[in-house]
Amino acid sequence: MRLAFLIQRFNPEVDSHSSTRRYHLDVGRGTTVLDALIRIKNEHDGSLALRYSCRSAICGSCAMEINGSEKLACRTSVRREWERHGMVTVAPLRNLPVIKDLTVDMSSFWGKIRDVTPWLTSAPQNAGRPDIAQRSPSPASSHFHNVDACIMCAACVAACTVHEVSKEFAGPAALAKADRFLEDHREPIEAKRHRLTVLEQEHGIWDCTRCNFCVEVCPKDVKPMEAIIRLRRSALAAGLTATGGARHITGFAELVRRHGRLNEALMPLKILGFNLRRLFTVLPLGLAMARKGKVPNPFAAAIPGAARIRDIFAASRRHPGAP
Amino acid sequence: MPKYALYPGCAAQGATPELYQSTMAIIGRLNIEVVELKAAACCGAGVVTEANPETALALNARTFAQAEQLGLDVMTICGTCQGVMGAANQRLKQEPGLLERINRLLAPEGLAYRGTVQVKHLLWIIVRDIGLHELRRHIRVPFKDFRVAPFYGCYILRPSWDVGFEDPENPSSLEKVIQAVGGDSISYAGRTKCCGFPIILEKEQIAVTMAGANMKEAKEGGADFMVTPCPLCHMSLDIYQERAGKAIGARLDLPILHLPQLIGLAMGIPTKELGLSRHLIPVDSILKRMEKQGAPVHESH
Repeated sequence: MRLAFLIQRFNPEVDSHSSTRRYHLDVGRGTTVLDALIRIKNEHDGSLALRYSCRSAICGSCAMEINGSEKLACRTSVRREWERHGMVTVAPLRNLPVIKDLTVDMSSFWGKIRDVTPWLTSAPQNAGRPDIAQRSPSPASSHFHNVDACIMCAACVAACTVHEVSKEFAGPAALAKADRFLEDHREPIEAKRHRLTVLEQEHGIWDCTRCNFCVEVCPKDVKPMEAIIRLRRSALAAGLTATGGARHITGFAELVRRHGRLNEALMPLKILGFNLRRLFTVLPLGLAMARKGKVPNPFAAAIPGAARIRDIFAASRRHPGAP
Repeated sequence: MPKYALYPGCAAQGATPELYQSTMAIIGRLNIEVVELKAAACCGAGVVTEANPETALALNARTFAQAEQLGLDVMTICGTCQGVMGAANQRLKQEPGLLERINRLLAPEGLAYRGTVQVKHLLWIIVRDIGLHELRRHIRVPFKDFRVAPFYGCYILRPSWDVGFEDPENPSSLEKVIQAVGGDSISYAGRTKCCGFPIILEKEQIAVTMAGANMKEAKEGGADFMVTPCPLCHMSLDIYQERAGKAIGARLDLPILHLPQLIGLAMGIPTKELGLSRHLIPVDSILKRMEKQGAPVHESH
């Protein structure tokens, strides 16, 4: 089968912006996108730059944007892409600086991984006594919810819709890595608390919108967003409830517990608290909504049987933890 | 006549009442019968599960049990409800022992979920259960020469193994409905991205920049307006549009329709019944053009 490949090219030494070039190739049934790219490089244009190594979805080097989504080129079938999209377009990972063609600068990615202290630490008072942290892991913590399967390919970071507009966001890969240490029973509780006080700050766990892109594109089923949700639960359990994000969770849950459903009229107060300056910033919107009949009655009655909802909250609170 | 247990969700009964209104306006005319689940609780919106996952599952199992007693599948009209409830339903049906454990929480109310209910968004019901052919039969005022930007939002697409309706890389259900009502759908990358709503109160700048970027892209693609199957997206795109424009330094002026408003307008339903006057971004530009194209005069508001 002879197919066209549309490949984004950019050479910073001569180009002012990227352009798309078309290459034609005869491909067989089992051809992967990486196979095709290597052939294009060998047979058509030796200047094509791409990063790859193991060719078997282990090293994480060849993540790129294929037909608009982040994928490992080595385990993406050309045939399947063609059937799914009617074309094969290849571009570098989004939202990371392009070095040349399909290779991106990963330094911000590695920097964020480093920032979450991806090694076991001891409690502040035990600093310099690594022996205290070195307890054997309990069997329950040995697989870390599959977070250890991460191959650092950066597909999740490229796909992250928050990272797209806020490059300071710690991002899904680094936060998943942080969750792995929160789940590690060898680390003392004080050290974990310290991690959480760092993670709850600006650009940390509360910036995620739960868009599920990282979960969808991860080639190793790490589900980074689920890890971020576990971190949020850990922060709440550790009593770190003062941030807007934490207040959103506790305030929302409390409204549902009391009334059976959400009342949007009360959410700004729950999230922003009695902070006049911050409440003042949402006031104009509230007034505009009120003029359009979009502000629900803050004293609206609870749903029928709301007492049963309170029972469910009380009973499930007695059994904390993920089911 | 297809019949469902309608789960309106909090937003349609709260800050986007026009979604509930327009849903009710179209379903009867499309011969869809509903029984509203008035005693159903919030789906948790992905938030309650962060406080306690068991509570969130129990709230949804309770809703499913109520629908099961009626012998009906659940109809959602909110992309977020659909994603959260669909994923909860999957887990309850598939994880060994989970249903039994969650049912213990429902027992005091005399409820038990057996795992026989399906959760379907109005969009899917129209595309799959009713059929586009049937929808076309009801169109009186087609959106001729209108360029419409579909905006799916997150939860109605991802994660695909929980949602399972269509390819999240290349969805087409909204485009099909847009075409069935006579419009041209525009293609842009932002159609499957995030509106930012879940963090809009506490991280407004990030959220409105996300919403703004998607709307700007739609506008540059020639969109006359946008349509979404999720009221939380609608809040972000409509209520916060002015702030989104400021955040990205662009003038947007992009009307945002809820899915049933798009269908209702094309069916020739009076605008009052569709709650179009409740938007912060006026939709007059759409109504005027439709009238010019020979549509029956819509009631002004």
